Amino acid sequence: MTTTGESLDRPFLSVTDLAVAFPTEDGLVRAVDGVSFSIERGRTLAIVGESGSGKSVTAQAIMGLINRRAASVSGEIWLDGQELVGLPEDEVQALRGSQMAMIFQDPMSSLHPFYRIGDQITEAIRVHRNVGPAAARREAIEMLRRVGIPAVERRVDDYPHQLSGGMRQRVMIAMALINSPALLIADEPTTALDVTVQAQILELISTLKADFGTTVILITHDLGIVADVADEVAVMYGGRIVEVAPTEVLYNRPEMPYTLGLLSSVPRMDRELPERLDPIPGNPPSPINLPIGCVFQPRCNYSDRVADGACSSRRPDLVATAPDHLVRCHLPAQERREISINVLRVLAGGAQ
Amino acid sequence: MAGYMVRRVLQMFLLLFLLSIVVFFLFNLLPGDPARLTCGKACTPAIIEANRHRLGLDEPPLTQYTKFVSGIFVGRTFSADSPQPIVCDAPCLGYSFNRHEQVMKLITTAAPVTFWLAIGAFILWIIAGISLGIFAALNHGRWPDRLVMAISLIGYSLPAFFIGLVLIFFVIIKWQMLPFPSYVSPFENPVQFLQTMLLPWIVLATLNTAFYMRLTRNQVLETFSEDYVRTARAKGLPERTVIVHHALRAGLTPIVTAAGMDLAVLLGGAIISENIFSLPGLGALAVSSITDSDLPLITGITLLTASIIIVANLVVDLLYAVVDPRVRLG
Repeated sequence: MTTTGESLDRPFLSVTDLAVAFPTEDGLVRAVDGVSFSIERGRTLAIVGESGSGKSVTAQAIMGLINRRAASVSGEIWLDGQELVGLPEDEVQALRGSQMAMIFQDPMSSLHPFYRIGDQITEAIRVHRNVGPAAARREAIEMLRRVGIPAVERRVDDYPHQLSGGMRQRVMIAMALINSPALLIADEPTTALDVTVQAQILELISTLKADFGTTVILITHDLGIVADVADEVAVMYGGRIVEVAPTEVLYNRPEMPYTLGLLSSVPRMDRELPERLDPIPGNPPSPINLPIGCVFQPRCNYSDRVADGACSSRRPDLVATAPDHLVRCHLPAQERREISINVLRVLAGGAQ
Repeated sequence: MAGYMVRRVLQMFLLLFLLSIVVFFLFNLLPGDPARLTCGKACTPAIIEANRHRLGLDEPPLTQYTKFVSGIFVGRTFSADSPQPIVCDAPCLGYSFNRHEQVMKLITTAAPVTFWLAIGAFILWIIAGISLGIFAALNHGRWPDRLVMAISLIGYSLPAFFIGLVLIFFVIIKWQMLPFPSYVSPFENPVQFLQTMLLPWIVLATLNTAFYMRLTRNQVLETFSEDYVRTARAKGLPERTVIVHHALRAGLTPIVTAAGMDLAVLLGGAIISENIFSLPGLGALAVSSITDSDLPLITGITLLTASIIIVANLVVDLLYAVVDPRVRLG
């Protein structure tokens, strides 16, 4: 528990030095290592990164979904003035689904196949609030209507397999928002869906976020969907945040070479590419044997520009390059900006 | 659903019909002379021929088969032209000349023994197997899990005849905790019934318990990593509800299928257990019918056990549609 004085000057959600490590037979897997960020109430933060960058683990750590027998979680997570990491399991459980809720990547497998969707939503209502079955059902129907399920009165008694992927994700969203949580974590909510449905789901999340005043963490590997939705973007790599900036800054003045690589990997229809998509070479590092220096160094095209081979011997810190803009890179700020301008010019098709 | 059931039942009858053909022709028309088997060493060609006529084996195969099938529905009479015709009431599966008894009568006498043996063992192994499997899954990777899995491995590796003989030796002979097995109906003498059946139940349940422990453990562990179980946790449900209502509900469903079929197989007779404990069930009857070359009896028992499996298969399929809404019947 915390004093009110302490909670007053804290952001709505602040994560400090979060580390999640799983002991395995091959060694300690540091899935998340020293992640810090914060979000003000009602804002949307996008966490972007490749598979294995630790973004989902970060989300599950906030939700308290990391099995404490299988992993060690350290650091601090303050949600609305309450510290979550040291909280007993039953108190975290009471917050899950009421104060903070989560929707997952694959709506096909995230709903229980044996229960009607209406019942799955009423279950979420009744575990947190003292509401009778009939009232809970009315509430579930109302929420399903709000997320755009057609013919709700009939659909409410459907089983998940009777719905399309997009409809199922709408059900997941309805279930997540049914108790008006202050924080909604959407973990790759559109990855498993058709492109046309993706846009609908993102728009639905944006609309509901505005209606409910929800704070949103959007986790994705796709920088292409972030621009319209997020206020801020945090880029994760190898279990760390490597760059944080307001969305328009990150798109227009990215500085970390990895972010540049991600931006180069977004296929776009509105422009002609100079040659072809420019993927980042190599694979993400194994979380067991992370490089000693900058975790991105083995895949970085620019590390040879840093003197003394610092990139391969010393971990860079996350430092402010501008207010609100943090970068984890050994390159001098001036050089980062030059590289960034060049890459963006190539991407815009301005240079051959 | 109704259309599906009608179709499945019709399919079932078609299957039973084909089965009757295969079984009948397999056992009655194979090379070798069934009539020769009806009398012992002091056999004269005259006796063999007489028996052949009495058994109806001198008739064309198709006639033999139609008589056999019509006997099931309306009954039949053997050696009708002799002074002592043998009447076999419907449903007549044939007449055992070795035992001078209707096959159906022999089967209905033996079936209850097997039924009680199978049901008792089934209840034992389902309760023990599933609860130990869940217990192991909940303690995954820690010593209770390893202990349960070790027990399962031991249960797997002990053949029924070995456990049976060891139990008889210690429990009955050495420690004299139970009397020698002698089957009575549970309605006649419940105490003696239980005393007789306890060890066979344990023997029969051991292998299946070992199997169901593993099956349950793996099923439950698999569902623990399902996305919908994570969703249940994310909803803020208490861990107990997550496990019972979400994980086990899904994880235990496939066990219905396995359990139904295993029970059906067992209802056809437990050959080893019945023989070790001298239980006059279908398994023991089947073995002695084979050693006696009692063709009508072999045919009847085979047909019956196969029918049980076919019916059980249908029941399991229908039951599965009840427990898993994704299974669409149609």
